[in-house]
Amino acid sequence: MPQLDSGPSMNIAIVGAGPAGFYTAEALAALCPGCELDLIERLPTPYGLIRSGVAPDHQTTKTIQQTFERIAQSINLRFIGNVEIDRDISLAELRDAYDVVVLSCGAPHDAPLDIPGHKLRGVYGATAFVGWYNGHPDYAELAPLLDSPGAVIIGNGNVAIDVARILAKSVAELASSDIAAHAMRAIAASRIGDIHIMGRRGPIEAKFTNVELRELGELEEAVALAQPDQIPGALGDGLSPRERREKAKNLECFRLFAAADAAAHRRRIRFQFYARPVAILGAERVQAVRFEPVRIDAGRVAGHGQTFDVPCGLLVSAIGYRIRALGGLPVAETGDRLANAAGKITAGLYVVGWAKRGPSGKIGTNRGDGEDVAQRIKAEESAAGKPGFAALEAMLRRRGVHWSSFTDWKTIEAAEIAAAPAGAPRRKLVRVDEMLALCAK
Amino acid sequence: MAFAVTALCIRCKFQDCLQSCPVSCFYEGENMLVIKPEDCIDCGACEPVCPAEAIVRDNAPGAEEWVEFNRKYAALWPNIRKSGAVPEDAEEWVGVEGKLETQFNPAPAPR
Repeated sequence: MPQLDSGPSMNIAIVGAGPAGFYTAEALAALCPGCELDLIERLPTPYGLIRSGVAPDHQTTKTIQQTFERIAQSINLRFIGNVEIDRDISLAELRDAYDVVVLSCGAPHDAPLDIPGHKLRGVYGATAFVGWYNGHPDYAELAPLLDSPGAVIIGNGNVAIDVARILAKSVAELASSDIAAHAMRAIAASRIGDIHIMGRRGPIEAKFTNVELRELGELEEAVALAQPDQIPGALGDGLSPRERREKAKNLECFRLFAAADAAAHRRRIRFQFYARPVAILGAERVQAVRFEPVRIDAGRVAGHGQTFDVPCGLLVSAIGYRIRALGGLPVAETGDRLANAAGKITAGLYVVGWAKRGPSGKIGTNRGDGEDVAQRIKAEESAAGKPGFAALEAMLRRRGVHWSSFTDWKTIEAAEIAAAPAGAPRRKLVRVDEMLALCAK
Repeated sequence: MAFAVTALCIRCKFQDCLQSCPVSCFYEGENMLVIKPEDCIDCGACEPVCPAEAIVRDNAPGAEEWVEFNRKYAALWPNIRKSGAVPEDAEEWVGVEGKLETQFNPAPAPR
């Protein structure tokens, strides 16, 4: 195809094959036809949080990966899996090889629960716990303790709901999911009966979306409960019309939970608000979490009254995410994104998705976000005659890095589908060496 | 599972849903949008952002006929990815009852 632009086309490396990486690739292919697009991913498998974050029982949402597969196959996109910045190559080396580098590496670490006892056995961050039940290779060996009747989840967002729901579902309910086999076995043997979702603030401040909240009222063996005296009768001021709509529906949900009957259910999901964790108790492993009741005074959380202990053998904190200083780049003060100005870090280096704006928004938010940054790259960058993939390939070969192609991923996927238990879409491979054994050398 | 647009969208057509949708599964009629049920991935991102509260999940009471309605018109109307102009009198039509009978225009959006 003849080049319409004058001069050669750019070569661009995108780092991180989650939604932000794919949407950005799609936008760049449309805006800069002829550019060389390489998608680098630290795991041998693509799709980021679609594969390892979206709950395994939300299979319809996971079908978004068909959209990304279509992108991968309809544009000239080279997938390079099992290659990690700071492990296999440095960011400086990558920038020397490519005209433009776009970071779409997410914010993949848990915000720390900084209270005494947080290092006890049985205490996990949500990234680790969700990664464990979703078969993320980094967390396949987590082996969380599900042998006590109590579980505490700290945090008031949809991740807390996902964790509670997976712990509360029956084996029959999970049969149509792609939950990791090790997690299915552990949950089948779980002794958890009471799952406490704890929030510092109230039901109006909670970030649950209504669809996720309602789902907790529709479980086979579990009931969702709330304390009637913690559910306000009205919404109060200071909310936008959109927030009012969403929060009103949530309050309606909590009123149903507050009126529900705990009896005759195998598991109970108990919402408790206005309580902040002050210590995790236990000798060798967690035995309880100590909470202090709080009041909201002029928007601020203030402690008051006697502390109380919630017995548990498992604690999952879902209180947000942090990014690490990839390639030594400065992290924003919030700790959850790279310092950047509307997606630009410096000439030739851009950032999209959570790494750009912090851990917020839905899958679709990344589409507009990727388009905006792609526009910017088209306007501000041009081919600088860098070698592109040839240089990366030479480095990887020299270092003996075994990388996976998109064809290799399709082989892994076919093996996962072939191994699926009855009714399930796939049985995930959870070890990188198992995956690489299926990849072409 | 899927979400569907109901008559509450008619003549409101705020299009806030479009930015939230990861799969671009909205289709545009002259005065409302619909969701193609086969393409919807049930992520729920559009439902809370609709100012007219026009979007329902397919397990809501009465939603079934709306899924069929959406299926029918998604096959007839053009795909829409980015928001266009919002009708000037959109606010006046929020929550008005009986719009399907009196206001619905089955014509596809002009392209």
